[in-house]
Amino acid sequence: MKIVVCVKYVPDATADRKFNADNTVDRVGVQGMLSELDEYAVEEALKIRDGDESGDAQVVVLTMGPADARAAILKSLQMGADSGVHIVDDAIHGSDSVGSSLLLAKAVERQGADIVLCGMASTDGSMSVIPAMLAERLGVPQVTFASEVTVDGNTVRVRRDGDAATEVIEASTPLVLSVTDQSNEPRYPSFKGIMAAKKKPVEEITLADLGVAAGDVGLEAAWTKVEAYAERPPRSAGAIVTDEDGTGANQLVEFLAAQKFV
Amino acid sequence: MVVERLLPSSEAEELLAVVHEICADQLAPRVDQAEADADFPRNLIHLLGQTGLLSLPFDEDDGGGGQPYEVYLQVLEEIASVWMSLAVDMSVHTLSASAMARFSSDEQRKTWLPDMLGGSQLGAYALSEPQAGSDVSAIATKAVPDGDQYVINGTKAWVSHGPHADFWLLFARTSADPKGGLSAFHVPAGTEGVTFGAPERKMGMTASTTTSVIFDEARIAADLRLGDEGQGMAIALSALDSGRLGIAACATGLAQGALDLAVGYAKERHQFGRAIGEFQGLQFLLADMSAAVEAARATYLLAARLKDADRPFSRQASIAKLVASDAAMKVTTDAVQVLGGYGYTRDFPAERYLREAKVTQIFEGTNQIQRMVIARSLLR
Ligand SMILES: Cc1cc2nc3c(=O)[nH]c(=O)nc-3n(C[C@H](O)[C@H](O)[C@H](O)COP(=O)(O)OP(=O)(O)OC[C@H]3O[C@@H](n4cnc5c(N)ncnc54)[C@H](O)[C@@H]3O)c2cc1C
Ligand SMILES: Cc1cc2nc3c(=O)[nH]c(=O)nc-3n(C[C@H](O)[C@H](O)[C@H](O)COP(=O)(O)OP(=O)(O)OC[C@H]3O[C@@H](n4cnc5c(N)ncnc54)[C@H](O)[C@@H]3O)c2cc1C
Repeated sequence: MKIVVCVKYVPDATADRKFNADNTVDRVGVQGMLSELDEYAVEEALKIRDGDESGDAQVVVLTMGPADARAAILKSLQMGADSGVHIVDDAIHGSDSVGSSLLLAKAVERQGADIVLCGMASTDGSMSVIPAMLAERLGVPQVTFASEVTVDGNTVRVRRDGDAATEVIEASTPLVLSVTDQSNEPRYPSFKGIMAAKKKPVEEITLADLGVAAGDVGLEAAWTKVEAYAERPPRSAGAIVTDEDGTGANQLVEFLAAQKFV
Repeated sequence: MVVERLLPSSEAEELLAVVHEICADQLAPRVDQAEADADFPRNLIHLLGQTGLLSLPFDEDDGGGGQPYEVYLQVLEEIASVWMSLAVDMSVHTLSASAMARFSSDEQRKTWLPDMLGGSQLGAYALSEPQAGSDVSAIATKAVPDGDQYVINGTKAWVSHGPHADFWLLFARTSADPKGGLSAFHVPAGTEGVTFGAPERKMGMTASTTTSVIFDEARIAADLRLGDEGQGMAIALSALDSGRLGIAACATGLAQGALDLAVGYAKERHQFGRAIGEFQGLQFLLADMSAAVEAARATYLLAARLKDADRPFSRQASIAKLVASDAAMKVTTDAVQVLGGYGYTRDFPAERYLREAKVTQIFEGTNQIQRMVIARSLLR
């Protein structure tokens, strides 16, 4: 069994995030990291691999991003993944989710995968659309937002916790699976894992390797365009409820209800 | 603040990054409560073991990480900057396993070391006794041969995480000769006749349980003796040279944690219409704290590099322990000062850092004993 995990290299949210002159996120000049939500996807892949009885299951991590994005692959390899594929090409700059999913799908096809694993969302774009787009492009079922995963032969069964109900769905491989931060507890790389990762293969591929023309991806081809951006406004003072006539509790509940907290 | 380090390899840098992550995610949120409740963090020790942090400086052939002391100590320092007593537990474990790694037969290392270094076991160091602190030659615990066993009787004092340990490195008397009569033993947990005293009610480091370990007709196989009969003192002192470096690194980390707290506070706290960090009187205090931390780090790193190069390092280890523990005492005291009245309350960790710093001047050889070692080496 082959599991391809899509992992994204994202700007560190605790550092200063910046934009380029063309209104795209600066992914080169800033401190980046493996998207935390994708650690759950890596962990799930490792669990599926280690639970596979055939013993020949392998986990390939796939990322698309600038040269520094190799750090996201490295961290996944340190956690225990077997090999990495890095789509890196200047022409990718500015790709939207349509372009990103095209490249990722081509790279998955090139690998061949029984399970394509994704996080529930990236921690920067957080559109949660890539898994669905990948499934569509690959022509395979999608089982997304899994908070619990069971693999039995070529059947993958997941629990999805929604706002109103919990559903259990299943599909047969090949498929695209995305997992939430409730699905598992990602491991930390061990020192042995750090040493082993140094010897694991990482393949760098370009648009040409994927047979994608430069004009099909990148900023020009993007369906979306960022016209302008603004700094997040400074935090404003919270609402204060003063209980003068005994209606304080009601006001409080109304406020919480308006914010959809209750 | 992220400490500026010159690490010798890319794997060391990657290791420090993981340690940093574990400290932020797992240690920082738990330390205050665990220290307040005197709650020994067994599951975190387990995490450190799984991550390979309990075997870093041991040979790869023995199941260790094959890392230089220079790297191991900086990992220890990083942990101590967030959780002092956990770092001390880690240092004591390394100290306790070191005798098996250095003074064992091939047979012994094959039988015992893989598990000791596998990450699931925690070792403790049983040297001190109520009447034998600085003066190790006053040890009274006896190990008497009986067939292919030793029978052990006596009480060890002050054993760090004694009741939680999976093995003890025990020093006991095999003859009356004060110095030449000591021998070292590997005692696995579960040995019959071993019990523990009540936890000491300590000034600090409360999450690291310190108890006496009582041996009452405890029997261990004769092949659990490390080295020859009578070699115990040499083994104890050699282990302590390395152990002192561990304490120096812990003290440095503790001081760094206190400095970071003080700097953060000095930027936030306003008096006389300004952040207190804008007053030169306070700036000089912070500058001196920083100088003490960096000097402590440089001193232990030199000793570690000598050790890594297989050169004598005993005097430098004692100097490092002396300098770093005095730095920790000074820096933590000044951190309380920077926080003013709030520093004196348990709402901030400054007062805890101060309480934790004191012990670094006492254990693994008091600072008076360190001065004796240093002077003896100078005047030899
Ligand atoms: C170099 C670069 C330049 C970009 N420039 C632009 C731009 O100009 N305009 C614009 O609109 N957007 C741009 N993007 C953002 C990009 O379009 C989105 O990151 C992409 O659409 C994914 O959407 P998302 O982050 O919301 O992912 P989600 O759909 O929230 O992600 C879900 C999951 O998909 C997988 N995944 C997502 N992205 C990747 C990836 N890159 N590699 C591997 N797996 C992934 C992960 O498993 C993730 O958990 C750029 C991205 C990159 C890498
Ligand atoms: C929290 C904690 C954890 C510990 N963990 C361990 C452990 O895991 N294993 C273990 O074996 N021990 C452990 N110890 C014991 C520790 O190593 C001893 O406390 C230490 O060696 C000092 O011994 P003592 O307390 O008997 O003091 P003493 O030796 O009685 O010293 C009292 C004072 O006299 C001074 N003094 C003694 N001799 C001289 C001299 N010749 N010249 C000048 N001054 C002198 C000392 O410096 C000190 O100031 C621990 C202690 C503590 C507090």
